[in-house]
Amino acid sequence: MGCIEEMSYEILLGNTSFKECADFIKKNYREIYYVPPGYKIFDVYLIGVPPIPLGVDNDFVILPYIKPCHGSFVLKVPGAGEIRSLRSGK
Amino acid sequence: MVSNKTALLMLGCPELPVQTSLAIYLVNRLRGEGMETTIAGTPSALSLLRVSDPGKHYVQRMIDLDKCIEELAEKRQDFDLGFVFIHNDAGVSYLATLHSLSKALLIAIVFGRETDSLVEACSSMGCGFLAAKAIHNPMPLKNKIDEVREWAALKR
Repeated sequence: MGCIEEMSYEILLGNTSFKECADFIKKNYREIYYVPPGYKIFDVYLIGVPPIPLGVDNDFVILPYIKPCHGSFVLKVPGAGEIRSLRSGK
Repeated sequence: MVSNKTALLMLGCPELPVQTSLAIYLVNRLRGEGMETTIAGTPSALSLLRVSDPGKHYVQRMIDLDKCIEELAEKRQDFDLGFVFIHNDAGVSYLATLHSLSKALLIAIVFGRETDSLVEACSSMGCGFLAAKAIHNPMPLKNKIDEVREWAALKR
């Protein structure tokens, strides 16, 4: 999953559980899309307990991101193209 | 004995010592039943296996954890049996992901200090469990592996 780590991202929540990340996204963002595990975004195949919530905030995607040794994070990543795909359901 | 079945062992963070030895023990057992085995793990988890089994007497195929998820998500490969090593919350997420992407019969191998809460978190996924509060001593889980007479005979 190197691609996200090479991008400009902001950590909104870190080193916690997947459930807390999912709850954080659902609580703090109005525009949310639910995707299954393995959904590809930013060349990353998402890991998590379905359904995985993805938030949209202007031109940023808010997503849960899991590292096996460091827990779950909520990342804010610029991604207008990815947002278009989410909105179109593709 | 040739079973023509395949098994995936999905390893978590290798911070707990029992994981590497149990993975090698389990692949040896599965190979003894004629199964083809693949171990997916982080770079560190795979490095531990390479150093532990330099002659590749036990470990057959290894694959990076992220690459394994990609292969499953893109339907390029699947397995008959899937073992997920779980000792933290991230492991539960990997089990849920494998449950979504694979048709494999899933077995969660739960260890570490918080086994009760981890087993509870995994309980809705319809998988089998081998669980023990094991950190340094692999014997409790090794004994549970041994209790299954023939892994290759298990069906989803």
